[in-house]
Amino acid sequence: MSASHASEFPVPLASRRSATGIPTGRLALWWVLASEIVIFGGLLASYIMFRLHHPHWADEASHTNIWAGGFNTFVLLTSSLFAVLGHQAAEQGDGAKAARFLRLTVVGGLVFLGVKAVEWRGEISHGFTIYRDLFWTFYYTATGLHGLHVLVGMIVLWLVAGDAARGRNLHRVELIGIYWHFVDAVWIFLFPLFYIAR
Amino acid sequence: MLSWLVPQASTSARDIDWLFTLILVTVGFWFVVAQAALFTLIFRFRRRPDVAAAYISGERKEEKRWISRPHALVIVCDIVLIAGALLTWKAVKQDLPPADERVRIIAQQWAWVFVHPGPDGKLDTDDDVRTVNDLRVKIDTTYHFELTSRDVVHSFSVPAFRLKQDAVPGRIVTGWFRPTRLGTYDIQCAEICGIGHALMPARLTVETPAEQAAWYASRSAQGG
Amino acid sequence: MAHAQQQSFWSRYVFSTDHKIIGLQYLFTGMFMGLVGSFLAYVFRMQLAFPGEPVPLFGVVTPLHYNALVTNHGAIMIFWVAMPILIAGLGNYLIPLMIGCDDMVFPRLNRLSYQIFFLSTVVILVSLFVPGGGFGGAWTAYPPLSASAQYNHTPWGAPLWLIAVALEFVAFLLGGINFVTTVMNARAPGMGPMQIPIFVWMVVIASIVFMASVGPLVAGAIMLLFDQLLGTHFYDPKAGGDPILWQHLFWFFGHPEVYVVLLPALGIVAEVITVFSRKKLFAYKTILYTAFATGIISFFVWAHHQFVAGIDPRMAHLFTITTLIISVPIAEMTFAFIATLYGGSIELRTPMLWALAFIAEFLVGGVTGIFLGANATDIYLHDSYFVVAHFHYTFFPIAIIAGFAALTYWFPKMFGRHMNETLGKIHFWGTIIPFNFIFLPLFVLGAAGEHRRIYSYEHFSQLFTPGLQNLRVLATVALVVMLLFQFVFLYNFIRSLFAGEKAEENPWKANTLEWLAPSPPPHGNFAEMPTVYRGPYEYSVPGRPLDYWPQHLPN
Repeated sequence: MSASHASEFPVPLASRRSATGIPTGRLALWWVLASEIVIFGGLLASYIMFRLHHPHWADEASHTNIWAGGFNTFVLLTSSLFAVLGHQAAEQGDGAKAARFLRLTVVGGLVFLGVKAVEWRGEISHGFTIYRDLFWTFYYTATGLHGLHVLVGMIVLWLVAGDAARGRNLHRVELIGIYWHFVDAVWIFLFPLFYIAR
Repeated sequence: MLSWLVPQASTSARDIDWLFTLILVTVGFWFVVAQAALFTLIFRFRRRPDVAAAYISGERKEEKRWISRPHALVIVCDIVLIAGALLTWKAVKQDLPPADERVRIIAQQWAWVFVHPGPDGKLDTDDDVRTVNDLRVKIDTTYHFELTSRDVVHSFSVPAFRLKQDAVPGRIVTGWFRPTRLGTYDIQCAEICGIGHALMPARLTVETPAEQAAWYASRSAQGG
Repeated sequence: MAHAQQQSFWSRYVFSTDHKIIGLQYLFTGMFMGLVGSFLAYVFRMQLAFPGEPVPLFGVVTPLHYNALVTNHGAIMIFWVAMPILIAGLGNYLIPLMIGCDDMVFPRLNRLSYQIFFLSTVVILVSLFVPGGGFGGAWTAYPPLSASAQYNHTPWGAPLWLIAVALEFVAFLLGGINFVTTVMNARAPGMGPMQIPIFVWMVVIASIVFMASVGPLVAGAIMLLFDQLLGTHFYDPKAGGDPILWQHLFWFFGHPEVYVVLLPALGIVAEVITVFSRKKLFAYKTILYTAFATGIISFFVWAHHQFVAGIDPRMAHLFTITTLIISVPIAEMTFAFIATLYGGSIELRTPMLWALAFIAEFLVGGVTGIFLGANATDIYLHDSYFVVAHFHYTFFPIAIIAGFAALTYWFPKMFGRHMNETLGKIHFWGTIIPFNFIFLPLFVLGAAGEHRRIYSYEHFSQLFTPGLQNLRVLATVALVVMLLFQFVFLYNFIRSLFAGEKAEENPWKANTLEWLAPSPPPHGNFAEMPTVYRGPYEYSVPGRPLDYWPQHLPN
C-alpha cells in the first residue's frame, strides 16, 4: 500500500533542483541534525551547569556501570562501521549488500538497547531511580532521549534496508548512515559525562 | 518625569528617574525625526500624474550616506545611553552601601512576611518583629533586605522606591534601599504566582525613628 | 499541467500536499486563532475596566479565569497567530511562487507539519476546558509555579498547554527545514542570492534563528513535562533543582523568537512599499546584512528579561550592551525603508497604508524598547504595563498590521479577486486609530507603577485612583471599537472571495515571480517554469517604457 502510494505521488520539480549542488535530502538532513544538536546541547549544557554546582554528583556517578557503558560505546561504533560499509555498497549500486549491512547496523542498535535495558533494571533495583537525585534524573532523561533516537534510527534503517534490497532509493542509505553517526556521536558525549567523569 | 506619576521616595528612585528622562529625551529625538521624515516623504512623493519615480539603488556611496550617517549617530546615542544605564545600575543595584539596619522579606502564596530587626536594630534576636503585609522602615536609613520565597517565584516591587527584585525559592537575594520621603506606599507582587497573585498587596510605611520606636513599643506591649 | 484529474474535497483541501493549500490552511487556522485570542483579550480587558462586573458573552471573571485568559492570550497570539500567519502561512504560499518552482522540496513533510500544528491547536483549545481550567502561569511558564499542580491548581491545563506548545515547535521545525532547503536548492535558474526577494530571505533567516534557538527550550520543555507528570525535580529548589534554569532556556528562545516573527513582517513591508512607491528597494544588501546581524545578535540578549531575577548584577551590564547594540541594525533597516520612499510615486492603496503604518507604529515599539533594555530603568519598568504596551507596539505591527498588509496585497493572487478598497480603508483606520488608544494609555499606567497579570487593582491604593481607572476604561473601550471594526474586514474578506472584482495575473504591476503565475495559481504554479534575469526591485528603470521590469523577462 505504502509503496504503491509513493509511486503515485507526483514528485515536484522543486525536489529535483539543486541550486547549491548538494543533494536536497542531504541538505535537509544537515538541518535536522543542526536542530538536534541544539536540543541535546541545551540538555547537556544544563547538566554541566548543575554538575559544576553539585560536587556530590561524582559519588552518584560512581554507581553507573562503566563496563556496560563502555561495551555499548564499542557496539555503537561497530554498528556505525556497518553503516559506512552499507553506504559503500550502495555507492557501487549493490542494494542487496547495502541492505545486509544496514540490517547488521540494526542488530547493533538492538544490542545497545538490550544492554541499556539490563543496565537500567540493575540500577533501578538498587534504588537508583529517577527520583533519587537530580543526577539520576538527568541520567535517565539524557540516556532515555538518546535511546529514543537509537530506536527511531533502527526503524528507519530497517525501512531503508527494505527499499535498498529491491534496489530502490539507494541514496537514502547514505542519509540514514549520517543520522546513525550523529546518534553515535551523541553517545560519545554522554558516555564520559555520565559514566567516566567522577 | 516619572515623579509626576508616582512619588519619588528613595535614593534609587532619584537615580532611575534621571536615567528615564535621559532615555526619553534621546529616543524622543529619534522618534520625532524618523516620523517627520516618514510623513514628509509620504506627502512629498505622493503619486502625481506624469511624474515618474526616481531610480535610486541606495548602493552608491553618496546615496548610502542617507542611512550611514544617522546610523553612526545612533551608535553615538547608544554609547551615551549604555554609559548612563551602566552607571545607574552600578549605583542602585551592584554596589551595596553599608547597612544601618536589615530586614528579612519572605514571600509565599499569597502574602508577604516581614521580619523587622526590633529596637536593637539586629535581626535574629528576641526582639524581632514579624508582620504580615505591613513593612515599616525609618526615613534616611540604609536598609539591606534579605529576600526569599517559600514556594514559587514572586517579585518584591515598591514602585515609589523604583525597587524590584524577584524572590526565588531556594535563594536569598540581598539588596538595599534608603527611604527619603515619609508616607505609606504600595508593595506589589510583580511576578505571576498563582490564583492569589492580585491578592498579595502589602503596605510600606516610611516613618521617623520616633514613630518606629513607638510602634515597636506598642507591639511588645500587646504581644508581651 | 496534467493534474486535472478529479480530486475529492478531502484530498484536495484537507490532505493536500500542495504548498498553496497548506499555506492557506495555516493562514485560516491562524486567523481563527486570532479571533480566539482577541476574545480572550476582550474578556480580561473588560474585567480590568469594570472589575467584578459580569462580562457580556463570558460572565464573571475569577482570578483563576483571569490568569488562564492572559496566559493563553499571549501564547495563542504568538504561537498560533503570528507564527502560522507570517511564517508558515505566507512562507508556504509564497516561497515556491517567489523563487519560481512548483512546490516545496518535501511536500509530504509539509503536510505532516500542518497536521502536527493542527493537533497542537486542538490541544491548546481543549486545555481551556479541562477540569481545573486552562493553564494560568503566564506564557513564560516559570517554574515552580508551572511545574506543580500544588502551586498552579491546573493539574490538566498546565501539561496540556506545554504539550501544545511543544507540538507547535515540532511543526515549525519541520516547516523551517523545508523552507530553508527549498530556498537553498529549488530556486529558478538565474536566481542568485542577491536576486531573492527580501521576504523570502527574511523567512529563511527567521527559520534558521528559530531552529537554532528552540532546541534548548525543547530540552527544557521535556524537563518541565517530567516535573509536571513524573514528579521529578529539575526546577524544584527543595530537591536541588533550579527554577532560574528554565528562565535561561525560555528566554534563550523567547527573545530570538521576537525576531523570528519580526523579520518576515519586515519582508512583507519591503515587498509592499517598493511596489506602491514604484521604487527600487534602498540598499538591498544593507537590509540583508542588517537582518543577518539582527539574527545573530538576538542570541546574546536573552538575559535582559532577567535583570531583576536574581542573576549576577555584573552580568546585567553585558546584556544591556548587547540589547542596545541590537537597536543599531534594526534602526538602519528602518532608515533604509524610509529612504526607499524618497523620490517615489506613492499610491496609498490599502496594502500600502498597512505597510506605512507598520513603520510608524513599529517605531514606537522600537524606541520604547530602549527603556527596558537599559538595566537600571528596567528595574522599575520590568513586568509593568510599560512592557505590555512596548511589546504590543512591536507584536501588533508584526502580526496584525503586517499580516493585513500581506493579506490585502496577496489576496488577488491567492483568490483571483480583489478586495473592496473602500471597506479596506475603513477597516484600516478603524483598526489603527483605536490601536493607539489601547496601548498609549498602557504606557502611562506602566510608568505609574501598574504591574501585569493582576486581575483587579482594587487592593492597591496608589493604582486604584479615578485618573488611572479612566485610562483603563479608555483602553478597553478602544479595544472593543477595534474588535468591532474587524467585522468589516471579515465581511470584506468573505464577500470578496466570492463576489470581488476579478483580478488579472499582475494587478499591482509588480516584479516578483508570483505575479507571473495565474491568479489563483493552479497546482504546479507556472505554465512554464520561469528563468530569472534580474533582481526583484527594478522599478522605474530609466529608459524603459514601463515602470516595472519583472524578474522573468529576458533583457
